[in-house]
Amino acid sequence: MSILEVKDLTVTFPGGIEAVRGVSYEVERGEVLGIVGESGSGKSVTSLAVMGLLPKNAAVSGSVKLHGQELLGLREEELVKVRGKAISMIFQDPLSAFTPVYTIGDQIAEAVRVHQKVGKDKAIKRAVELLDLVGIPNPDLRAKAFPHEFSGGMRQRAMIAMAIANDPDLLICDEPTTALDVTIQAQVLEVLKTAQQETGAGIVMITHDLGVIAGMADRVLVMYAGRPVEQAPVDDIYYRPRMPYTMGLLASVPRIDGEEGALVPIEGNPPSPAALPPGCPFAPRCPMKVDMCDEEEPALVPFGGGRHVACIRAHEIEHKGLTGADVFPVPVIPPSEVVNVPRAERATVLELDGMKRHYPLMKGAIMKRRVGTVYAVDGISFDIAEGETLALVGESGCGKTTTLQQIMQLEPPQDGRVVVLGKDSATLDKAARKALRRDLQIVFQDPMAALDPRMPIGDIIAEPLRAHGKKDVAAKVAELLQLVGLAPEHAERYPQQFSGGQRQRIGIARALALEPKLLVLDEPVSALDVSIQAGVINLLEELKNRLGLSYLFVAHDLAVVRHLADRVAVMYLGRIAEIGTVANVYDRPAHPYTQALLSAIPLPDPEMERTRKRILLEGDLPSPANPPSGCRFRTRCPKFARLNEAERQRCVDEEPSVVQQANAVDHGAACHYAEEIEVITASDNQEEE
Amino acid sequence: MGKYLLRRLAINVILVAIAASLAYMLAATTMNPRAAYEGRQPPVPEAVIDATLDAYNLNDKTPVLERYATWAKGVVTGDFGKTWNGGSVNSEMGRRIMVSLRLLLIGTILGFALGVALGAFSAVKQYKLSDRLIGVSSFVIMAIPVFVLATLLAIGTYNVNRGLGFTLIEYTGEYNPRLTGWDQFLNRLNHLILPTISLSLGSIAFYSRIQRNMMLDVLNQDFVRTAMAKGLRRRTALVKHALRTALIPSATYFAFAFGTMFTGATFTEKIFSWHGMGAWLVDSINQNDVNSVAAVTFFAAVCILVASFLSDVLVAALDPRVRVN
Repeated sequence: MSILEVKDLTVTFPGGIEAVRGVSYEVERGEVLGIVGESGSGKSVTSLAVMGLLPKNAAVSGSVKLHGQELLGLREEELVKVRGKAISMIFQDPLSAFTPVYTIGDQIAEAVRVHQKVGKDKAIKRAVELLDLVGIPNPDLRAKAFPHEFSGGMRQRAMIAMAIANDPDLLICDEPTTALDVTIQAQVLEVLKTAQQETGAGIVMITHDLGVIAGMADRVLVMYAGRPVEQAPVDDIYYRPRMPYTMGLLASVPRIDGEEGALVPIEGNPPSPAALPPGCPFAPRCPMKVDMCDEEEPALVPFGGGRHVACIRAHEIEHKGLTGADVFPVPVIPPSEVVNVPRAERATVLELDGMKRHYPLMKGAIMKRRVGTVYAVDGISFDIAEGETLALVGESGCGKTTTLQQIMQLEPPQDGRVVVLGKDSATLDKAARKALRRDLQIVFQDPMAALDPRMPIGDIIAEPLRAHGKKDVAAKVAELLQLVGLAPEHAERYPQQFSGGQRQRIGIARALALEPKLLVLDEPVSALDVSIQAGVINLLEELKNRLGLSYLFVAHDLAVVRHLADRVAVMYLGRIAEIGTVANVYDRPAHPYTQALLSAIPLPDPEMERTRKRILLEGDLPSPANPPSGCRFRTRCPKFARLNEAERQRCVDEEPSVVQQANAVDHGAACHYAEEIEVITASDNQEEE
Repeated sequence: MGKYLLRRLAINVILVAIAASLAYMLAATTMNPRAAYEGRQPPVPEAVIDATLDAYNLNDKTPVLERYATWAKGVVTGDFGKTWNGGSVNSEMGRRIMVSLRLLLIGTILGFALGVALGAFSAVKQYKLSDRLIGVSSFVIMAIPVFVLATLLAIGTYNVNRGLGFTLIEYTGEYNPRLTGWDQFLNRLNHLILPTISLSLGSIAFYSRIQRNMMLDVLNQDFVRTAMAKGLRRRTALVKHALRTALIPSATYFAFAFGTMFTGATFTEKIFSWHGMGAWLVDSINQNDVNSVAAVTFFAAVCILVASFLSDVLVAALDPRVRVN
């Protein structure tokens, strides 16, 4: 019997905004139901409606039954007996999900005491047990710590501990790992699986990450514009999607094991819930659209084999065995001409040589005194040739952003050299620095924050032109808008009138205004939805080839990097762990950290996720103020654990530097015991024929 | 932590010394205590005036630095000198501090407590009628200067009393000296009602606006949702998690207000004829009473620095994120 039965759930916000329009699903004991969708698809609102946690002005109708008991319309006295007891919820951002002024232990104990009649000491003891269960070291000590003293991964573990405190029957996880780094994500997902085994609970897993769902879910519900458009067992969704939206979504995901080349974007944007198109809400973006699609919104109908699809052409898709790549037009990206010239003969646009950036660690409010040093970037070297993309990857705190800032400042570094287009930043005077800025531009991560909301986008793009005294600005702006796929008429509009993907295009147009030679991209697509992200990645690829640009690309998403980059440098605690061509690093990673990083990335492929062996890293990133002696990775290194005493001593005493691998061109690793292994098996066909 | 607090304390002592010295200099150079003696009938001989002023350390014929030195020596030993007519500043100050304390302690605490409660309530009911009513009334009260408000209250009470034919609420003075014992205590309370209302209304309005904003910031935070997702009632989650967190910024304001309250109620004290510190400042300026002005200013400086010290300690106590190890 199913634990939770949701039927025809609708949620309407004031102003006639229909956020959820008829969602039905069931969850059984021990089952994981994945709910996938892009931002605004109504997936989070659905789960908040189930918990009864929506604001009062939201009108909820339909039915939500827990063990046959109707939850909608229940009075608060009854509802509080269910919340946290029978259903628990894990939220996305573990920093803001804990009250900052109480200790973690107290907050978990509070959850225990709400539903169980136990004394305070007993509740605290239970909290410590729970923290131990989710793998927090020294749980009795850590229980007395405040939320800000926990790292992101630890907080999410504590959140899981709190959620399972009362042995719930159902766990709702709303993007539980979105805010975490991949290696931490792998740990937390592991804890979640343990928690499920411990409680036997059903799980509703809400995420936009198709990789996470592939490895966790038994069944998947795909949502679009507030409605489920496809529901099926996980293998059917991934290998035999029958709704064009699902097909497009799967085709647009950059894959870490996929071949290079253009991604398949879904054109357009998801509709606003306040202004839905008539008929099928996906029709305006659907390449398979026929006239009938506009007449009536197709219902989610059974399709056989436990599958449900909301598309009038589903049977045709099934019959012809169509895949996303067949249906969605694959954009053609002109090849780069620079590639024909061997790398050694191309000019070097950026060179870093032993660059360091240390920050003093200060203490005291009035009389500041230095108590230590943060080794943010501690001697890194790499170079970028003309027409090349180098990606800098690593987890938060590894020094990627500091490296970028140091390069963009064009100031002499504390140690080492930064050479931009043949000019050493230490030798620049003010005028030369300004002239050089023309050739070095940046695209920021958050397209919302990077554009002045009170400036028309035409002025935003014109600003660098005017700053450098260019003439004929209006014509140039029109040209730039066209270049990034926007219409010149848009120049009069303000940033808030554009979607996230369009805003990022505006940011790119601004960066290109001065015709730079080197573009620095700081996580340019991490704030975008997958279907939008694919379009921007393709645009960046195309611009690079057409304009002969070079990119320094900073990202934490290794799948995106595989698609966009030629070479990749993996950073760990301010040092480069491994560097080389994408093919070398991804297919034959030699550094244990790269291996762990690659193996932690969930693949959007259920079969492979099930059979895959993960290299799990222990613990969190050490503080860059107090890095371990010798090799910085040794405290978490799975390889170090397998070495004998004599071999270990070398890791403790001697810091490894990047050494070229013997059998490869352009592949270096900073490990005394580097050994190439294959972590991801390459798959050629993403979908079953 | 202890060392840090000690250093803060030392800096504060220096700041008090500077503030009080500047105030003394300003008062001593601009005020003219001699005027009070010169205009008398029958005229007082100049030698007598000089002798009196010398005795009180108020003679403008003595160089100001010399007077300052005498004054400062006294202050260091705890003696604030003489008033313009020879009374002890110390005993006057002691009496008046007690008067102000009685009046203001209740007013300030009441203002804070009610203001925070109203603000929190208002935030929870955002855009509802009650929120709008509280908002409009707060702004109306804040827009009325306290002397208008106090006078209106006094006039209103006077009319009510006249209409009733007996004194329901006292509207002037501190107590009725003819009463004793329990009656005297009740009478003192009665005298407190009006000035307390006029004092606290302003703070209620002020704190309710601050607290409403702080609370709104916190209400949509995930941790309030988490608290409810654990199974806490909405009310419990709001009070225990949201309000507790949103209280931190208001508490620092409060600590500050607590320090300034001794001298902050000048209008209220004057209008309701309470002889507190605020009224004293005005009176002593009128009377060219240099030493009293210097004493009030000294006291105000001490209060403000103690308050800032208190607010630091309070924030550290309330907010684990800023606690120094």
